[in-house]
Amino acid sequence: MAKLNKEYPSKKIEKSNTSSLKKWTRRGFIGAGAIAGITAGGALIVGIAIRPGDRTEDLSGYVTNGDEHLITTWVKVATDNTVTAIIPHGEMGQGVHTALSAMLAEEMEADWGAMEIMEAPAEKDYANFALAREFLFGSANVPSVLFDSLNGAMLAAAKSMNMQITGGSTSVRFTGTGAMLTAGAAAKELLLSAAAKQWGVPITQLRAEKSFIYHNNKKAPFSEFAEIAATLKPNLQPKLKKRNEYKLIGKSLPRVDIPAKVDGTAIFGIDAQIEGMKYGTVKAAPVHGQKVSEMDDSIAKKMPGVYGVYNMEDYIAVVADGYWHAKNALDFIDVTWTSSSIKNIDDKVIFDNYRSAIKSGKGKLLHKFGNVEKSINESASIHEAEYSVPLLAHACMEPMNATAWYRDGKCDIWAGTQNPLGTRQVTADTLGIELESVTVHTAFMGGGFGRRANPDYTNQAAQVSKKSGMPVKLIWSREETTQQDFYRPSVLGHLKAGLDIKGLPISWESKFVHNMDPHEASAVIYDIPNIKAQYMESPTHIRVGAWRSVDHTQHGYFTESFIDELASNAGIDSYEFRRLLLKTKPRHLNVLDTAARMAGWGKTLPPGYAQGIAIVESFMSIVAQVVTVDISNGAPRVVNVACAADAGMAINPNGFIAQMESGIIFGLTAALYGEITISNGSVDQSNFYDYKMVRMDDAPSIDVEIISSNNRIGGAGEPGTPPIAPALVNAIYKASGQRIRSLPIGNQRFSIKA
Amino acid sequence: MVKLIVNGQNHEINIDTDTPVLWVLREKLGLIGTKFGCGSSLCGACTIHVEGKPIRSCVTPVSNIEGKSVTTIEGLADAEDALHPIQEAWIEHQVPQCGYCQSGQIMSAVALLERNPNPSDEDIDASMRGNICRCGMYGRIKAAIKSAAKKV
Repeated sequence: MAKLNKEYPSKKIEKSNTSSLKKWTRRGFIGAGAIAGITAGGALIVGIAIRPGDRTEDLSGYVTNGDEHLITTWVKVATDNTVTAIIPHGEMGQGVHTALSAMLAEEMEADWGAMEIMEAPAEKDYANFALAREFLFGSANVPSVLFDSLNGAMLAAAKSMNMQITGGSTSVRFTGTGAMLTAGAAAKELLLSAAAKQWGVPITQLRAEKSFIYHNNKKAPFSEFAEIAATLKPNLQPKLKKRNEYKLIGKSLPRVDIPAKVDGTAIFGIDAQIEGMKYGTVKAAPVHGQKVSEMDDSIAKKMPGVYGVYNMEDYIAVVADGYWHAKNALDFIDVTWTSSSIKNIDDKVIFDNYRSAIKSGKGKLLHKFGNVEKSINESASIHEAEYSVPLLAHACMEPMNATAWYRDGKCDIWAGTQNPLGTRQVTADTLGIELESVTVHTAFMGGGFGRRANPDYTNQAAQVSKKSGMPVKLIWSREETTQQDFYRPSVLGHLKAGLDIKGLPISWESKFVHNMDPHEASAVIYDIPNIKAQYMESPTHIRVGAWRSVDHTQHGYFTESFIDELASNAGIDSYEFRRLLLKTKPRHLNVLDTAARMAGWGKTLPPGYAQGIAIVESFMSIVAQVVTVDISNGAPRVVNVACAADAGMAINPNGFIAQMESGIIFGLTAALYGEITISNGSVDQSNFYDYKMVRMDDAPSIDVEIISSNNRIGGAGEPGTPPIAPALVNAIYKASGQRIRSLPIGNQRFSIKA
Repeated sequence: MVKLIVNGQNHEINIDTDTPVLWVLREKLGLIGTKFGCGSSLCGACTIHVEGKPIRSCVTPVSNIEGKSVTTIEGLADAEDALHPIQEAWIEHQVPQCGYCQSGQIMSAVALLERNPNPSDEDIDASMRGNICRCGMYGRIKAAIKSAAKKV
């Protein structure tokens, strides 16, 4: 099995000192030489970049050691024939390091068992070109919220392909299919060409297998040809395998990050150890956007272990000899925050404003087919409903944290982040130093889900280190993590359908407040001739951001519940009703049919039990789920979830299944419990007692079936989330006759429909 | 000065006695496998064993464990480079995703099997409901506990 490289950046944290920091700066490698066959720092560089703008000579300094060769931006071959995949995405449990390395190894014919994997440094040469290309040149699928959520500077940087973001279920579908496969194939072709030259035989008589090149009975390791390969021009469009030729892709390879996660040795951001490091914690204004008005730290600064108390304008910080002392002192600081009319805002005000915005009718058009106004007038009947969802926190298990060391005009950051380059840029901007003076050391993320794309916590660490003059590990309390999130926005939606005489929709209109990404989230998969979707704006002061599956969470719920209402009104079975509207979409039909078959749709169930179905296409994957619910005790208990998913194909089937399971529990937590409320302008919830999670005893059994339709590869990390809420409320409706148009379900109790 | 026995090793640490064990382990002893999740005994990420029983180290003052035998994730296996059967089952079932909660999950699971070698679904629910897995790997955790139960 492949393993994590010893030089894996997260491991660097353990032994961080000035000498190991030096290796990651640019300076040492200026003039390191050109690509092929030229030595740099004593190492032979065998570099190929398959991307426009060859930066191999710059990159070699960052990722090669003395006796290793760099082949393409994405792979290097050591003299001992170890092939190392360099992965430009962060690992937060989605298995990206394993999946992307397998894609590279597949095309390169590298020996998976002897492979090493490292995460790319936060250098713009590793900016996610594949993702950038999709963003700039024509795919609507890249969630631009990931860029918008940073800041103006980062947005500009993102547009100049300065991106290295993990999010939007993009890693496999863009980096994997756009870069890793090609890189592997190009590297293999180069090595084969080099072998053909060295052995004086036609390339057609050679084959590569498990990091060796073969000619009849003769064989030699890849490493023997690295030097010659360096002198050759890489093929930018190498021949790729057909899917039926895959040997690694499509196999459930064990994830390379798992062993370290069961013996306690995995290094997360919070595990950074820097010599001389102090510990800090912060409290930001409870009303987002407010600032410190007055701060009395007379008690706090005299408390044991405290090195300093700092007014950071929009937050206060304590630095001490340990987290416990820092946290205790923080609680003894008397702060007055600036005041404004925002303090009167609560959820009622927010939703009243949303409702007024929708009523105003002044919307921005997202989707339009046919003529909704005309078709509404021609309808036999009209059905309307208002749906809403609340703000949601990400609740990553690892509280927000970062370690920073600012000295001599330079800053090092150690953190788990979905956005290392953005972190680097924002840190440089905030501290007023050059991008080159900031180094970001990434580590595993104890959950991301979109939260760790925002560089606010790393920024605070940098500021506090600069202000205190010390290397500081800054750790947020759970309460701070809950109250200073970038929340899934609260959303209000108004849906209106015009129906024909049989009750089938001929017209579909949706208006909603709060639009983020992706834009197709509010599109409808069903064959309805007249569709119009528009959004209205009603900004609040609450910080919002990307949350696993982004806008699909609310639109999946709105659309799939409302379509269920139409089915019920028409007196047609929910599953059959969807089939009628998906006649021209065989791929969707197949997913829907599979989920129904898995769950035994229509079978006799015990009293109080019922099934609900939903299907959502997101991030180029189609997922249908059937929930079996039991309401016989009043509170809904989710018994089972049957999930059918078509992502074209699954790179790592067991990993894909795990992503579906995870997405389902994530969405179920939101549907059952998830709610951040606002009173007096600030967040009410603080910890897991009032921001509840699905736990072992309320987790359903989950069955997942992967459908390999051979279509373009879709996402895995997010598409499991959107269908679960509507499938659940549709099941509850069937059991109780009660329609849930506002989430979460919370403490509602249901009785069995007579 | 507080005297501690952690993973079989004796330590004498100069620290306020009300400091939670979690921070002593992480910041004084460098045992960073035990994680901070909530600080309020609500999530289970910080679970360790004291005299073989699972406790939440984030709310347990270090004075409470003075002189008692403490086991953390680092000390779970019999020997270095070896794994506890629960850890092996965790790999077999590919349980962790982000992995942050897993030290706590594993410590709770080991404690469960030590007092109940053949737990039912309900036993597992009751013993493991204190440990949150935000990545939602409950099904795999349950399957891994059952498969380890057969081997322990």
